[in-house]
Amino acid sequence: MIEFLQQLGKNTHTGFTKLGRGTFFLLQVISGILSVLPRPRLLLNQMYSVGVLSFLIISISGLFVGMVLGLQGYYILSDFGAEETLGVMVAASLVRELGPVVSALLFAGRAGSALTAEIGLMKATEQLSGMEMMAVDPIKRIISPRFLAGCLSMPLLAALFSAIGIIGGQLVGSGLLGVDEGAYWAQMQANLDFQDDIVNGVIKSIVFGFVTSWIALFEGYDAVPTSEGVSRATTRTVVNSAFSILGLDFILTTLMFGDN
Amino acid sequence: MQHTSTQDTFVGLFVASGIVGLFFLALQVSNLSSFTERDSYTITARFENSGGLKIKSPVSAAGVKIGRVSAISFDRKTYQSVVKLNIDAQYNTLPEDTTASIFTAGLLGEQYVNLEPGGSDEFLKEGGKIEITQSAIILEKAIGQFLFKSAEEKK
Repeated sequence: MIEFLQQLGKNTHTGFTKLGRGTFFLLQVISGILSVLPRPRLLLNQMYSVGVLSFLIISISGLFVGMVLGLQGYYILSDFGAEETLGVMVAASLVRELGPVVSALLFAGRAGSALTAEIGLMKATEQLSGMEMMAVDPIKRIISPRFLAGCLSMPLLAALFSAIGIIGGQLVGSGLLGVDEGAYWAQMQANLDFQDDIVNGVIKSIVFGFVTSWIALFEGYDAVPTSEGVSRATTRTVVNSAFSILGLDFILTTLMFGDN
Repeated sequence: MQHTSTQDTFVGLFVASGIVGLFFLALQVSNLSSFTERDSYTITARFENSGGLKIKSPVSAAGVKIGRVSAISFDRKTYQSVVKLNIDAQYNTLPEDTTASIFTAGLLGEQYVNLEPGGSDEFLKEGGKIEITQSAIILEKAIGQFLFKSAEEKK
């Protein structure tokens, strides 16, 4: 019993310590962003590895998610003779929820885990301390560009995901199942609002990009510098990112869409 | 780095496509998107009440879609709803005494304009007017009339 309590206290203590380190790390990274701006090359390289390389998985997943939404939505809506509103259903669920959330989950799996493994290995092979020896701040040089690239890429990826998904839904809906194409778009335009739906979706994806990049970079930076430690850190990145994305999504949804 | 310039191109493409995606989403909503305009001619119909008719709602005849609603406005003098209908150019043989009515597709579905051809030998042309129209059925009105009627019968 005593041992259990001791263990509990120890875990809580390490948990809070880690959260504190993470917050401190985040502040350092954010203050390091200013020194990225004069070196856009660093940012560009990271935009490539974080954004461009995630492009394919995001667009293909978006297409299939949209197509499945079109199919399932049609089956349910046609029971009520309301298949004309398929466009609204597909677009609203993609723009408000699925676009930001699913693309953030994919982003955490595709780019977040790669970031953690990269930083963790840099730490394990003592490249980070080597940089410090040369009076190069590894946070400014390594971490901040990756963080900024993650924050910038995520909204673009989420917008692509939603856009491709809506087109996929239209392909299935009016190409395969015979929903009127004009009704698909017209109902969508009549029922979605730029401010309420699109902008809120973009805000969500910015928040998710911020959190995912933070978690991925911190787990890598904080990893135990062994091969096992790096593999554990990578797992934690994916698990913690998924939890934070879904939890934050709930909070953001209640804040954004609670009124109507 | 060796592949720098190809990398630049890819990053540029990525950012551009992301922005295109954002624009696509924005235009979806703000009704600015223009569809592939096919050859068409415009006719006008005046309704006492155009109900839930929207721009881009379908126009059909005998159940076949032959055009779209292109504009809806309110006439300040006659207090009528002026609906402009864009009809595909291939359907240019609508008689002048065609009737236009507003129907609902399905119980919850959207409203559309139904055209019923008359018997005239003259055809509607660009800028033509449909004289005989039937307004949308407003559910509240219909229920109100029904209640009123059944109350009268009880007396």
